[in-house]
Amino acid sequence: MNTSGWIQLILFTAALLVTAKPLGLYLCKVLDVNGKTFLDPVIKPIERMTYKLTGVDPRDEHDWKRYATAMLLFSLVSMLFTYAILRLQAVLPLNPQKLAAVGEHLSFNTAASFTTNTNWQSYGGESTMSYLSQMVALTIHNFASAAVGIGIAAALVRGIARHTSQTIGNFWVDLTRVTYYLLLPLCVVFAVVLVSQGMIQNFKPYDSAALTEVVKAQVEKKNAAGETVKDAEGKPVTEEQVTDTQSIVQGPMASQVAIKMLGTNGGGYTNANAAQPFENPTPLSNFLQMFAIFLIPSALTYFLGRSVKNQGHGWAVWTAMFVLFFAGVMVAAHYEAAGNPNLTALGVDPADGNMEGKEVRFGIFNSALFATVTTDASCGAVNSMHDSFTPMGGLVPLLNIELGEVVFGGVGAGLYGMLIYVVIAVFIAGLMVGRTPEYLGKKIEPKDVKMASFVILILAFSILGFAGWASVSKMGAPDATGALTDGTNNSGPHGFSEILYAYSSATGNNGSAFAGLTANAPWYDTTLGLATLFGRFAMIVPILALAGSLARKKLIAESAGTFPVSGPLFTGLLVGTVLLVGALTFVPALVLGPVVEHFLMHAGNQF
Amino acid sequence: MNTIVKETTTAIRATLLFAFVLCGIYPVIIWGASQLLFPHQANGSLIEGSDRKIVGSEWLGQNFTGAKYFHPRPSAAGANGYDAANSSGSNLGPTSKKFIDSVKERVSDYRTENGLAADALVPGDAVTASGSGLDPHISPKNALLQIPRVARERGLGVDYVKSEIAKATDRPSLGILGEAGVNVLKLNLALDAVTPKK
Repeated sequence: MNTSGWIQLILFTAALLVTAKPLGLYLCKVLDVNGKTFLDPVIKPIERMTYKLTGVDPRDEHDWKRYATAMLLFSLVSMLFTYAILRLQAVLPLNPQKLAAVGEHLSFNTAASFTTNTNWQSYGGESTMSYLSQMVALTIHNFASAAVGIGIAAALVRGIARHTSQTIGNFWVDLTRVTYYLLLPLCVVFAVVLVSQGMIQNFKPYDSAALTEVVKAQVEKKNAAGETVKDAEGKPVTEEQVTDTQSIVQGPMASQVAIKMLGTNGGGYTNANAAQPFENPTPLSNFLQMFAIFLIPSALTYFLGRSVKNQGHGWAVWTAMFVLFFAGVMVAAHYEAAGNPNLTALGVDPADGNMEGKEVRFGIFNSALFATVTTDASCGAVNSMHDSFTPMGGLVPLLNIELGEVVFGGVGAGLYGMLIYVVIAVFIAGLMVGRTPEYLGKKIEPKDVKMASFVILILAFSILGFAGWASVSKMGAPDATGALTDGTNNSGPHGFSEILYAYSSATGNNGSAFAGLTANAPWYDTTLGLATLFGRFAMIVPILALAGSLARKKLIAESAGTFPVSGPLFTGLLVGTVLLVGALTFVPALVLGPVVEHFLMHAGNQF
Repeated sequence: MNTIVKETTTAIRATLLFAFVLCGIYPVIIWGASQLLFPHQANGSLIEGSDRKIVGSEWLGQNFTGAKYFHPRPSAAGANGYDAANSSGSNLGPTSKKFIDSVKERVSDYRTENGLAADALVPGDAVTASGSGLDPHISPKNALLQIPRVARERGLGVDYVKSEIAKATDRPSLGILGEAGVNVLKLNLALDAVTPKK
């Protein structure tokens, strides 16, 4: 890594460190129904009005079952809302490009994916979604799924901090306060800054630009039914196609992109996501977008420390996350800069690294950094095509997702995911010294460990189960002859990596892809949609149960045998637990994909 | 059962209310602020030709193949490349035969076009497709190698073309973030302005 890379990494880290405490303190107030913030004069009346209109009594606190019920019902209703808009897109307003209604399985996949904070996209935004669909059907979940995630994390932290308590908070209050006091104000500022860099925000139809140089190309002639016309010998007939205009995408992009990053959603306005120049015009907008992904997750660790009155614990969790983040950046940047030996052999300058799928303005380092950040968190926005990364460079995002996206992680989701690992880490530590495991004055009992283990197992079950099934099936879109394909864009081990990445991304609620996989086919859309639902709700419900269980427990006094949950020993144990659990589960699959491809690439094999 | 009914009602009301605030009021506020503060950027940073017709956007690359033009990177957006309504990378992996074969062809074309030796190193960005297929930039190294051809075709001095490249170069943000890139569309339009097309 060169000097400029190091300086950028230090700047990025410094920005996270500086903001963790102030934003963490602010989060403490937002996540307390009686908390007072400097925005109260403006927002308090809107908050009160919201409770009135939705019939919520903010003084009510609920147990974990009621919290979970409200969360599940809200997710269901808002998912149906999105499904309905997508299906009715053609007859709804704000559709200047006259885009057709979105199909059944694609609508299901998209609604599930956005509800679960995944934002997996089986479609290209600019050619599929009307302005209304982008702005309403999708953006509502960018906010809501982020607020839900933060609410769940807050509920779990309350469970840890409280004792002999039946309640863990009020879902509607968390949802409302996080949206109004945290996400919305940050988005307003961020969106305008993004526009200053060159991002679009308008409601006009796509513009048409007259090209300076007209492009002529020979294309296969199609008849009215869209089939290729063939001559007497069965060869396709070609005709000259003249392109003299460029269609310029327009629409309300900045308002959506701001929450896409801050809410770790990641669903792109355009098909190429944050690689598309409007969606990420300058290296500064790129830096701010990466920072926006980690901003709230990093501050949530401070919120954790403050809430449990053990700031050392908060920082120990932060440090464990940082260690894993740093390692990921180092590996990804190294292999992307090393480039592809098959290209070097052809005379491509090895000093330029692997530029396939990357933008010149970001270069190697910022592409590797973005890929690491977006998969450490459950964001899934991409500024370069992960599918075209070198095998080991592409292994980093894949492994990050499979570890459960606990490295800062998704907003809320990263913290509650990491706390599951914390429970497992103290359990392992307890086993090692032969004591009942304790965590912050609470006994960790078999029931709690079962809940934590369930969360880890559902991840492995969904990723490996579905990926295994898809790998031996031909369930993708049909080819020209009508036969079903496996949908992959690459052959050999890389094709397997595409499938493995898809189910990892869906289950992990990430949304990035080895995008060569053509996932817009009934079977892929459905199974990937189901994977997003498993990955979200089959995890959140046991986590809320754990929160409820912890809240009910009595406090026990600290003793000489209590394992400290701050300091380097704990940080090391936590990092070890994350890697051990991740490695044991996913190494065999990773060996079949990226690892074997790495060696085959160096041996000069092509597929 | 009462709880379910009550929470479902709340869920429906909350969905509609949040849709109004977050998907109605919020984007319109951003739209108003952007159109007021940064109208050029908010509307796509459009470039207008002499007759006020739109000829492109500062941020979206266009294809150029003529010898007198600087050539952009290969593009996988749409069937013929640089289709701004279909942004896309190639998504071909590092061991893909199709990918390596196309790079081989591009390397040979690049050397021929620019009169380079058969073993000359070719810049990575010149023979690989970008992530968006709309990359507006090429690397400064890539631009330098194209100077002799463009200067000869247009009858311009090498130093003059160099100075135009410097003008069309976007430097790293704040002096440190990201990489320098030469904006191909801006550069070609600037050259067309001094040496008319025909």
